[in-house]
Amino acid sequence: METKRSNRSGTHLDAFPAVAANGLLDRRAFLRGGAALAAGMSGYALTGAVGAEALRDEPSSLAGGAASPGYERRSRFEEKIARTLSNPKGEPRTSHARTPHHLINGTITPNGLHFTIVHSGTPDIDPEKHRLVIHGLVKRPLAFTLESLSRYPKVSRFSFVECGGNSAPMFSREPIQASVQALHGLVSCSEWTGVRLSSLLDEAGVDPKAKWLVAEGADSLALSRSVPLKKALDDAMVALYQNGERLMPGNGYPMRLLLPGYEGNMNVKFLRRLKLVDQPAMSYYETRTYSQILPGGKAFRFYFLQEVKSFITQPSPGLAMRGPGFYEISGIAYSGNGRISKVMVSADGGKSWGEAALQEPVLSKAFTRFRMPWRWDGGPAVLQSRAWDESGNVQPTRTQFVAERGETRNVPNVLGFPNQHYNSTTSWAVDGKGEVKHVYA
Amino acid sequence: MSTRRVSISAAALALAFGTGAAFAEGPNLGRPIDPADIAPWDISILPDGTGLPPGSGTSAQGAPVFAQKCAMCHGDSGKGGTAAPVVGGAPLDRIEAAKTIANFWGYPTTVFDFIRRAMPWQQPRTLSSDEVYALTAYILALNKIIGEKDVMDAKTLPQVKMPNRDGFIIRFPDRI
Repeated sequence: METKRSNRSGTHLDAFPAVAANGLLDRRAFLRGGAALAAGMSGYALTGAVGAEALRDEPSSLAGGAASPGYERRSRFEEKIARTLSNPKGEPRTSHARTPHHLINGTITPNGLHFTIVHSGTPDIDPEKHRLVIHGLVKRPLAFTLESLSRYPKVSRFSFVECGGNSAPMFSREPIQASVQALHGLVSCSEWTGVRLSSLLDEAGVDPKAKWLVAEGADSLALSRSVPLKKALDDAMVALYQNGERLMPGNGYPMRLLLPGYEGNMNVKFLRRLKLVDQPAMSYYETRTYSQILPGGKAFRFYFLQEVKSFITQPSPGLAMRGPGFYEISGIAYSGNGRISKVMVSADGGKSWGEAALQEPVLSKAFTRFRMPWRWDGGPAVLQSRAWDESGNVQPTRTQFVAERGETRNVPNVLGFPNQHYNSTTSWAVDGKGEVKHVYA
Repeated sequence: MSTRRVSISAAALALAFGTGAAFAEGPNLGRPIDPADIAPWDISILPDGTGLPPGSGTSAQGAPVFAQKCAMCHGDSGKGGTAAPVVGGAPLDRIEAAKTIANFWGYPTTVFDFIRRAMPWQQPRTLSSDEVYALTAYILALNKIIGEKDVMDAKTLPQVKMPNRDGFIIRFPDRI
């Protein structure tokens, strides 16, 4: 039955020209492909062809269902889809929870699957008692309650948040065999709603001498980062809502700083204090943890930007393919410099490329979903994606990236952070059995 | 209710037209707060020493504090335990080199600031200013960045030059 299904879809898709070697098809197939294409594209999930067994009513359709809960939970069949935890027992060290990009789709990360990093656990903050103070080089120091902030005119925007250490295992000199969740799970995307920071700063009255602000959280480390005033007055937000509901505790409940496109750690969670100053504080996280050693021994400071990146989420390691035929190659692309302008996909390790379809809406500093129709012939293939942004930045190849930023001497632990701000292309090798491995190509 | 609606509209107009004067007509729901009331939270320290509190300490005064409150995680004499060592450090000869106070940190004020805001892990912000100065002196002396007898206070600490002070490149200067 598998073969028959493939043939039927194949007849339809053969009308679309290949755009690159190894079976990549014209992205416009998605616009015109219709139902037959859609059926053919779900190869990862199909366990057998439709019609192989007689249809009958399951017990679930022969009795009334469950009562509606006040807060809906996902199906019990989906409960295994979860973040992976680096510190499940909450020992006194940093905890990472990584997003399972290969098991979700679209461009918005569900709140319960949004990645989190907490350096000293997640505080249990009573919103009634929380305060946000703005002071330092201002005319009027001000204190805000959550209730008072909630009365301000609000803005909503889609924005990815990415840890500066996301994709760090790819600094390894050898490709580490791990899922897209382990390699790239420290980035997620949400719709954030809150108050423009510039409105609050304006009410406080910024002294012309102020050039930075020190943002500080209400966690036990009082985590603090210096943020250029330039960014604070541009598109920064005090975020109160995440995908329509109040922030998740791990994402900074009851309020966080949102700096679209900037290093995750700067988006200070549990935000309680903003002090305007004339120089950066050179805090622990900015001058130690999130400064990157370069080949030669110097180090970057104030990287800030999460640069243009993309990776394929389906297929990817752990998602075996079920025989030759049609598949959708899909992934996410984003840039701290603005909108994604183009994503190219290769199935032959970068020798030939075809342009992927970009799912609308394509938004600045947010996830863009790309899709590429692919007819897998059952032979070896190496899948890659490469993104461009509207500012003209191009995602580097691994060779280009390593030439500038270097690689490790030894193979590091997959949970380690040998370095940061890694954004080269990722390569997935598909073998003749449909198994997917991480390779450098 | 209608009054508030009017003021929000005024704020929206002000945002739309970007006129600085009109911003004063925003919601203005922040409560003015006296700097004295902020003091318990105002722990920011800048590399030029701004924000350093009164007090002082030496390595000899810091040693027993370290043994009592820090060594359980950072090891005897700061050699490392469940938490990172605070003494020593290999040359930065690889991109994954462990970053230490001796081989990486650019400013002595960062040592003071991080101890004061975050340590000890189980009881942050319980150390006195004298204890933080003493611990900072102890750690800097362990790393031979200052002398055993040097007194650290608001005046002397910012003047300590860290070995890797000039080891940094600003990644995107135009964003500052």
